[in-house]
Parts: sequence; structure tokens; C-alpha cells
Amino acid sequence: MAIDAATVRKVAHLARIKTPEDRLEVLAGELNGILAWIEQLDEVDIEGVEPMTSNVSQPLRLRDDVVTDGAKVGAVLSNAPKSADGFFVVPKVVE
Amino acid sequence: MTDLTKLTLKGALDGLKARDFSSEEITRAFLSNIEAANPTLNAYVEVTADKALDMARASDARLAKGEGGALEGAPLGIKDLFCTDGVQTTAGSNMLKGFVPPYESTVTANLWRDGAVMLGKLNMDEFAMGSSNETSAFGPVVNPWKSKTSNADLTPGGSSGGSASAVAGELCLAATASDTGGSIRQPAAFTGTVGIKPTYGRASRFGMVAFASSLDQAGPITKTVEDAAIFLRSMCSFDPKDSTSLDVETPDWTQALGKGVKGLRIGIPSEYVVDGMPAEQMELWEQGKTWLREAGAEIVDISLPHTKYALPTYYIIAPAEASSNLARYDGMRFGHRAEGAKSLTDLYETSRAEGFGKEVQRRLTIGAYVLSAGFYDAYYVKALKVRRRIAQDFDAVWDRVDAILTPSTPSAAFALGDKQIDPVTMYLNDVFTVTANLAGLPGISVPAGVDSGGLPLGLQVIGKALDEATVFQVADALEQAAGFVAKPEKWW
Repeated sequence: MAIDAATVRKVAHLARIKTPEDRLEVLAGELNGILAWIEQLDEVDIEGVEPMTSNVSQPLRLRDDVVTDGAKVGAVLSNAPKSADGFFVVPKVVE
Repeated sequence: MTDLTKLTLKGALDGLKARDFSSEEITRAFLSNIEAANPTLNAYVEVTADKALDMARASDARLAKGEGGALEGAPLGIKDLFCTDGVQTTAGSNMLKGFVPPYESTVTANLWRDGAVMLGKLNMDEFAMGSSNETSAFGPVVNPWKSKTSNADLTPGGSSGGSASAVAGELCLAATASDTGGSIRQPAAFTGTVGIKPTYGRASRFGMVAFASSLDQAGPITKTVEDAAIFLRSMCSFDPKDSTSLDVETPDWTQALGKGVKGLRIGIPSEYVVDGMPAEQMELWEQGKTWLREAGAEIVDISLPHTKYALPTYYIIAPAEASSNLARYDGMRFGHRAEGAKSLTDLYETSRAEGFGKEVQRRLTIGAYVLSAGFYDAYYVKALKVRRRIAQDFDAVWDRVDAILTPSTPSAAFALGDKQIDPVTMYLNDVFTVTANLAGLPGISVPAGVDSGGLPLGLQVIGKALDEATVFQVADALEQAAGFVAKPEKWW
């Protein structure tokens, strides 16, 4: 499953990372190196094995459906690149 | 007067309690060491001198009244991925430069509750993705140790390189760190310090900048095993704000010390060997077995057959989780926002390209790839299945052994720049530590010897889930037997 420059372009877009054209081949080479190394997993017998998504065996806790925190507009906005009147300000997204 | 910065955490706590010296005095001593050393070692990314002195004076007031918590007055360093209220927290990334959390991580809140003093924030690999501290946006940390045979600057390891360098260089009594694939234990091994990753779920992840949530776990880097036992107890707690936090009691692990290992069964996994491993590391492992056997433990040969698959499994799961976790950095609500973008997508893509360094971009790209349509089952789901095989390897031996002894790393500290040739070479650093993350088990690295260049080497003890007590018990026996007292010669 070798990765080419076009695949890197597509995946970089999925990851939302702008990647200059002249970097695509370099990245493709690096990713192929890593994936070739990862391919040794094909040797493992995983027949009938359940995927392990967590190493905590307890079920996720449920909490009471009540408000526990909030009304912290100032704190929430304190690191915003731009804000005004209690809102985040983002660039125009609808033409 | 004795140099207060050379004390262990335990020694300092005793001295503070006995009022032999004040918290302000020892805090000033560390601040002065930091001022002299940091331009060279680059361990701290921010020094919070005023805050430290305020906290120290408050501790002194409590100590004067005969009050105080378990860490009262002790000056500590904090890895820069723990959110600290009002103090910049960057996780070593340009993405978060200028980010000032309006809240405190649970781990650090526990430390302040117990009276600790914060000296500042410690350098690290960007978003904890690295094994040499070279991916930090603040530049690499330098190891206080140098080889007798070369003057080259060495890595302190990573990702908790700042924590390890600061403890080894007497720039704090002890430091917080975090471990996703070995980021506490490998730097500890490279700097002659002790580092423990507890059972997954012991320490809260709330307020820790996330890398790979099913693997990330906080722990301390300290000078001694006893210091680690004291410090870890303060860090751990059940926390409703972390959905995977374990609702279990945090024991007093110092009770496990001094008990010896008579009658304990110690497993030696035949798979913990890699090509090109220096003879000295192999000899140290043999020596470790001998020490434990002479102390009355039974040495049991075991097999953990899926060990070699742990790193490739990790390099699917960790990037996959990272690509999901780091999706939050979109330039909208916090973090870096690019100027002059032409569209919303362009704004996301440019902000992230500018904010993230090369290794982070590489891992996010791998993560997006293994999660993408058509490859999800072939990579991600397969890795989750192999992860279970790795965990089952451990499950299968716990009826025969009480703890497992391995080398901590394949080698001693290497020179900065040495392993940047290709990513996989760098990844191999974590080959002996990553299994404990995948299986959620506690693991400690203890300094046990030096190589021919005089550089420290570590031995690792892995234990059953929630059985840190046995891990500390064995680590204590190794520390006693090794009598490791070497310190880096001060050149900075």
C-alpha cells in the first residue's frame, strides 16, 4: 500500500495541514518508511480477538444530569485570537 | 551551610518540617541555580520566580504554625503540558504560545493542596511527541551528563526532557512528567533519575494537554525511589472530571519500601533484547537479576511473545488518537490563528501548518491516514486487536510472577542530532517502555549503573495493574543493591 504524493495531499487535507507541493514527495517517503515498518503487524494472529479500546475495565461512569459548571464567559474567551461582546470573532465563512 | 539543592525531596521535607531552613531559602537556592544553568540546559521554558516566592512564604507561615501538607514548602518543576491557572502552558508548541489557562490541572492542584511550590514550567517535546526533546518549539533540552569520551551535548531523552534535566541538574527537588510511550522512564534512565508511570487511571488527565488519551498518564521524575513514592501519592486521586479516572484509594507507597524482595517472583522476559544493544546494558540486566536473587527473590524466565509488535501498534494508535485530540487546534477559540487566509479551510490549514512543528505534522498525517476510509480496519482496528494480544501476554504471566525486570532503554543517552536521520530510528527508543502503556501497567525506571562513558543506565520494573506497591518494593531493592550515587560533573 505505497503512498504517493497525491495520497499525501489528500491525507494532509483530511488533517487540515497546509502542505507545500515540494514537501509532498518527502512526506510520502517518510510515511512509506513508517508504514513499511508497521506492516509487520500482518504476522500477528488476531483471529477472534476483540479490539482493545481502553485498558480500564470499569464501565464509563454516568453522572447526574445537572449543571456542574458554567457562566464563565470571560474565562472561555480569555485565550481567543479575537472576541467581541461575549462572542468569538471568526473570519467571514459565508459569502 | 549545606547546598539545599542537593537534598532529596524526602531530605528537604524533613528539613523544612524541622525548620532547619525555610521554604523561601530553598526556593531561592533553586531559583539561583536555574538562573545560572538554564541558558545552557534549557530545561525551563518559563520560570515563575515571584509566584514561587509567594508560595514559599505561605508555606513557611503554615510550617511555623506546625501545619502543612505532604509536600509543604518543596520547590518543584512542572512539565509544560499541565495547565497551570494564570501561567502560560504551551506543551512545547508554537500553537499554544501565549496560551494562559484559566484553570488548573487536577494533578497540579493536588500538589498545591499539599503545599508544594512551583518554580516554573519545564521544556518538553512538542505535544509530548518525541524521545529526545528536539521537537520542542523552545529548542532541545541539554542533558547535565556528558560522556567521558566526548564533549558533545547529549539529549536528556523525551518527551519529559526538561523534567529529567532539571532533576538531574539540581534545578528542582522533583518534577512532574507524563508518559504516553515511555516519556517518563526513558528520560529518567538517560539522566540517572527515577521515573514512574503509574497504572493508567491513577492520576487524573484533567488539565493535561492531551496527546493519546488511552495511553497518557502522569507521574513524577525524582532523585530516589522514596521521593517517587512520596510525590506520586500527592499526584494521584480519583477525579470525576476524567472519565477514565479510577475510583480507588491511593495508598501510602512508602510503606512498601525497606521490605526487601524475599520470596517475590521476578519475571525476566526473553524478548526484551534488540539488535545492537550495548553489552553494558545486557550486563546491567544480568546484574539486576543477581542483585534480586541475592536478596531472596526467585528469578523466573518468562515470554511476552508480542513484545516486538508493541511499537508498530503504538505508532498506529497514538497518532490516531492524536489526530482526533489535536483537531481542537483550529485557530478559532484559542491557540495560533494565521493571518490573511482566503477561506475557512485555508484558515484551518494555514493556522495548523504554522502552529505545528514537523514531527507533530507527521504524526497527525499518519493518524488521519490510518483512520481514513478504506484503511481504518487494515490499520487502526488491527492495531487495537494486537494491543489486546500484548495485554494478554502480561495477563498470562501474573500467576507465575509478581513483577517483571527489564532494561529501561536500549542504550544510554545519545548526542543531540544523532537520531534525526529517520523517524523509525528515533521511535525505537521506547521499545522497552511502550508495552506498559499499551497494557495500562505501572512501570518504574531506576538508575542502576553506568556505561563505559560514565553515562547512567536504567532498569525497569513493571507490575500488575494497581500494584505500584510491589513495583516500589522491587525498585527500592534495586536502588539499595546498585548504590547508584554518580552525579553529573557540573560543566554548565
